[in-house]
Amino acid sequence: MATEFHNLQELRRSASLANKVFIQRDYSEGTACRFQTKFPSELESRIERTLFEDTVKTLNTFYAEAEKIGGQSYLEGCLACATAYLIFLCMETRYEKVLKKIAKYIQEQNEKIYAPRGLLITDPIERGMRVIEVSIYEDRGSSGSSSGSSSVSVSTAR
Amino acid sequence: MKNCEYQQIDPRALSVSPLSAQSHTEKKDQRPRRKWEVFPGKNRFFCDGRLILARQSGVLPLTLGLIVVTCGLFFAFDCPFLVKHLTVFIPVIGAALFVFVVISLLRTSFTDPGILPRATPDEAADIERQIDTSGSSTYRPPPRTKEILINQQVVKLKYCFTCKMFRPPRTSHCSLCDNCVERFDHHCPWVGNCVGKRNYRFFYSFIISLSFLTSFIFGCVIAHITLRSQAGKSLVQAIQESPASVVELVICFFSIWSILGLSGFHTYLVASNLTTNEDIKGSWSGKRGSEESGNPYSYNNIITNCCVTLCGPVPPSLIDRRGFVPPDEVIPAASSASEMELPHFSAKNDVNMCTQSTKDVLERMVNSGSQTLCSPGTPKTTPLVQELPGTAAPSPEPPPSAGCPGLLDSRCPFFSRSSEKDSLHSINPAFRLASPSPSLTRTAVTLNGAADVGFMPLHPGSARDEAP
Repeated sequence: MATEFHNLQELRRSASLANKVFIQRDYSEGTACRFQTKFPSELESRIERTLFEDTVKTLNTFYAEAEKIGGQSYLEGCLACATAYLIFLCMETRYEKVLKKIAKYIQEQNEKIYAPRGLLITDPIERGMRVIEVSIYEDRGSSGSSSGSSSVSVSTAR
Repeated sequence: MKNCEYQQIDPRALSVSPLSAQSHTEKKDQRPRRKWEVFPGKNRFFCDGRLILARQSGVLPLTLGLIVVTCGLFFAFDCPFLVKHLTVFIPVIGAALFVFVVISLLRTSFTDPGILPRATPDEAADIERQIDTSGSSTYRPPPRTKEILINQQVVKLKYCFTCKMFRPPRTSHCSLCDNCVERFDHHCPWVGNCVGKRNYRFFYSFIISLSFLTSFIFGCVIAHITLRSQAGKSLVQAIQESPASVVELVICFFSIWSILGLSGFHTYLVASNLTTNEDIKGSWSGKRGSEESGNPYSYNNIITNCCVTLCGPVPPSLIDRRGFVPPDEVIPAASSASEMELPHFSAKNDVNMCTQSTKDVLERMVNSGSQTLCSPGTPKTTPLVQELPGTAAPSPEPPPSAGCPGLLDSRCPFFSRSSEKDSLHSINPAFRLASPSPSLTRTAVTLNGAADVGFMPLHPGSARDEAP
């Protein structure tokens, strides 16, 4: 299966969505953005635990960097206040810069690690920063027939 | 006894259905829609999604009008005299304050306060699977809460039935805007928007600068009248010469009390890292010793709390207003399906309005007590059920069907409407109650397939409760 999906587009076209796993937020340290690093059982057969945990830990580091309260963020805040927040119209905040880095990182991880295993990670920002959605794809040819027949029977038995 | 469970819809089976094929071609003819156009909350959008406002703009025009009128009178009538007798800096300072106030106000009003997008059907199904729903014999499900530890303190997360997710800490559902807002402070009618995580600092700078502005104008007007009456004239004569000053005095006098009080209150909140919502509900005080030890979000240092709240990083808007709706989730094709399959929906083409009204009907039916979880702390909470169901909603008492308990019948039709393409169907009736954005295309297909007791009048011959 690793050789079948050369890129993400091919994955989406040739495979069918079998299941989705959601990694929830970890609020143990407050309202800052962190995701649970617990390895979900549905992925046990699909990917190595260390790889997955590394991805989540790196994402957590990125988010911590974005929300870090320090000298630069204070400077940004005070400058914004002094200019009546008009500066946000022309300047990109540090948070947005880090989010771009995160998007690139997720894209890279998907291409290198997850797509070859028939998985796909959705950027949490597309889910309102609530969850990391991991889509599990099955090869369309092999497992499609069983679930297809039951729904066909449902739709025809009027 | 047959149950009302439904089959998971296989997306590939749907793609061969003639109905969706027809709607597919219709979708291609329509231009791609932006996400703000299909936003389920009660908000209004301007400039193609760049600006967001609550549906009820409240008294925002009044606020703006008062500020502009007062400042206008000040610049027109008081400033010439004061420039002559005092200093030219008075209108300069006044203008700077005025500009700052107006910009802060507009930013507060038109910024997304931190709205959380509603959970996708897959997420909602996943959460539901993790909740134990077995053995519930009552139709009204118990309020769902989840306890977590934040900084070694137990915090209860409540489940939001409208947004179908567990609300993150400090998040609250605003009933006026029908959205969950992060770090929800309050819904301010003066500003016409909720005040939450992303626009709290704008709101705070608005009220602080407004306090300065009103105090400044008040002081200047007093000075103006005093100077006039000192030049050999009586007070009454001075007032007659400059009647606008009296208007300004009255407005400023009444504003100062409330604005200064509000500024003081919010300064206290900022210093202790609290929200108005938490303060009103007494979440952290009164239960434990001192407030600082009770509040798990506080840094126990006034300066740090202030800096974090006012100068911390601003997260971006999560609702992605100007993004395009992905083609497989486009709803408008449902209108064709609705005309064909559900003639009594044709009265309302707007899908969102339909489900909103349907949801309201259900809420009324099923003891809306559970919905109170979704709207705490808003000072002007309007009644939960605001809209009449209208003619479009199907009758809540469909003819009884074999196998289903009577009350569950009424929920089955609404449940089927809530499904989207890849979702696993919800077994729990409670999770079907508040479905925000249905796809009627799928409804039409499920009508053909699975049994739908609510639409019995249309399909009297349809089999029900298809069990594989």
